[in-house]
Amino acid sequence: MKSTGRTWAPRVACAVTVSLALAACGGGGDGGGGSSDDGFTMMSLNENTTQDSVITSLSEDQCADQNGALALDITEQAQESVDQQIQLLAGQGALPDLFPANTPDLIRELADNDQVANVGEVLSGGEAADAIVPAAESAADQIFGDQLVLPVELNIEGIWFNKQILEANGIAVPQTWDELVAAFETLKAAGVQPISNAGSGGDGWGVSRWVGAYLFRTIGPDAMRAIADGEASLTDPEYVEAADAIAELGEAGYFGPAPTSIDYATAINTFLTGGAAFMYMGSWALADFNDPESNQIGEDAIGFLPFPEVEGGAGNSDQTPTNLGTSIVLSSSVAEDEQAQAWVECIAGNYGTVALRDHGQITGLELSEEVEVPPLTGLVQDQIEATDESVLWFEALFPASATTASQQNAGLLGSGQMSGEDFMAAVAAELG
Amino acid sequence: MREVLGDRRTILVLLAPALAIYTLVMLVPMLWSLGYTVFDGSVISGFQFAGLDNFSRLFSDPKIADALWFTVKYAVVITVGQVLFGYVLSLLYVFVLKRASALIRTLVFFPVVMPTVAVALLFQKLFEVAPQTGPVNALLNAFGLESVNWLGDPGNAFVVLAVMDIWRSMGFYAVLLYAGLIDIPEDVLEAARLDGASGWRLVRNIVIPLSFPVLISSLIFSINGTLKVFDSIYALTGGGPGTATTPLTLAMYRTSFASGDYGYGATIALALTVLSLLVTLLIFKTSRRDLTQG
Repeated sequence: MKSTGRTWAPRVACAVTVSLALAACGGGGDGGGGSSDDGFTMMSLNENTTQDSVITSLSEDQCADQNGALALDITEQAQESVDQQIQLLAGQGALPDLFPANTPDLIRELADNDQVANVGEVLSGGEAADAIVPAAESAADQIFGDQLVLPVELNIEGIWFNKQILEANGIAVPQTWDELVAAFETLKAAGVQPISNAGSGGDGWGVSRWVGAYLFRTIGPDAMRAIADGEASLTDPEYVEAADAIAELGEAGYFGPAPTSIDYATAINTFLTGGAAFMYMGSWALADFNDPESNQIGEDAIGFLPFPEVEGGAGNSDQTPTNLGTSIVLSSSVAEDEQAQAWVECIAGNYGTVALRDHGQITGLELSEEVEVPPLTGLVQDQIEATDESVLWFEALFPASATTASQQNAGLLGSGQMSGEDFMAAVAAELG
Repeated sequence: MREVLGDRRTILVLLAPALAIYTLVMLVPMLWSLGYTVFDGSVISGFQFAGLDNFSRLFSDPKIADALWFTVKYAVVITVGQVLFGYVLSLLYVFVLKRASALIRTLVFFPVVMPTVAVALLFQKLFEVAPQTGPVNALLNAFGLESVNWLGDPGNAFVVLAVMDIWRSMGFYAVLLYAGLIDIPEDVLEAARLDGASGWRLVRNIVIPLSFPVLISSLIFSINGTLKVFDSIYALTGGGPGTATTPLTLAMYRTSFASGDYGYGATIALALTVLSLLVTLLIFKTSRRDLTQG
């Protein structure tokens, strides 16, 4: 008995060890996203249901042929960890054909390492060569330095206001920064919260957007480009002035009692339930504005105000902050695969119409047919058409660490607990 | 049995699988991480040898200095709170409640088994100031006091964090120390009582010295746990407001995974490891000296 035990025990132990070791080492085989051999792979954000839904409906209708040749395969990813996942897959050379442009800096880095395809080049020569509207092209150039995304989202940003609150307090729609601040003062004195924007943790961009928009009005459309190119510093007096202007709003309590405790959903909800008069927001919020359940004040009560001009500033209110949301990036493998290219052409040709018709989503893609839209969506479309020059947002050209520093600290600016100088210094430290 | 365990081959067979798994999932990543400290770059653009650049950056980075200070402050306050409240509770169990302590022990232990995120959400709501007024502020208002912005102010956020973490873990230390206290022989206590020791004198001269080893274990547990705190802070304040409640672990996580800077992230991790090691050695050293004196 003893001798048999001695002979089989080591063998079993070795077998177990080896198989465990192999299992541990070989885990990445199936789950590593996909090259185009697996079909037409797409990574989509959990939080953004529009993209999956539109692309799925395209695969069943307009792009059914392309789907037959190369089947669509969508995997969901939480937005919080999407950059990490993209980095991981890029490191393994296993990026899906389509993935979201969550952080511009990461997409620029991927482009520098030839991991993403140039959308303009992929589409050129085909049926959808002119599918991208000029406003989206210009935005992509500014954000990425090239046509690195399929613009399935195109947003403008500005200040939305509650017409009823303004009327009830005898306030005319402000046309300049000074008038806007005067309106805040009147509202605060009347016991109405002037601004609803988030300042909690990573949602702090609700406040930092104000800083950026103010900079584009005072210094001009190239304000943030100069920072990225190292020609100016955030700690220069003219930049600090912008942060100070917003810190003053915070000190006066215009962002409400505790903006550092307010997240994105709460900020939108406060505005849409009539709890605040103004909100700086992108047009992606149209989904909430057009939803009668979220929007308690009614579509008619909402007005849009381009960020007003600051006296003596080099920028003007026609320069509209524009972004491409989490538009779709193509991995470089798409450029080498004809079937995948056919898919991309089909998306470029049809996505705009389906997204606008079914979801009220404005895209940077030409429409293939007329679509009837709700009034607020129409207002945004008009604003996009009227835009000659677009500008970015505060963090657009920052690396991830500076973006985090800005978003983390902006809440304190909105609550008046941090000076403009300290805020700019904290962000500048991450720009290196 | 001795014959079996005396055989080298048997020992090898029994140990090898566990050792192999441990090596694979613990030691290899640790060494890997150590290797990253001398590299710069990302998984996309590739890694370049950077020598000691990450270390010089570590020593000149004000963000890390702030995070280190916060980590130490947090570890000291929470450790003292956890062990002190745990000890007081265990004394209560043993000397006051005696056999009736089971219910109280269970109740006090209850937060330990609750998920951290649930506890953090509970405290967020308790101390909320906007959009709704939470119970704590409602209570203040009822007494005519103004609402306090608990989680939006750096100092207040630390207080809430301390209250939450001490409340959450004191039950664990109470049970740990309780196990130490019931080991104290009844005849020793009886003898001390006959000699006229009671109350505070009994605790100071008899109970504390006899439960000293388990107190030291608790301290080491607690200080290492609190130096490496992550989940409760991440869930309650997310390191904010601003970066006011960001410990080294959160700074490391953000650097490595949000910014993709693995080299510098690994360097921060190494600093944290060294800190934990130093603190543990320090406690060991002082406790040994005390024990020989006692």
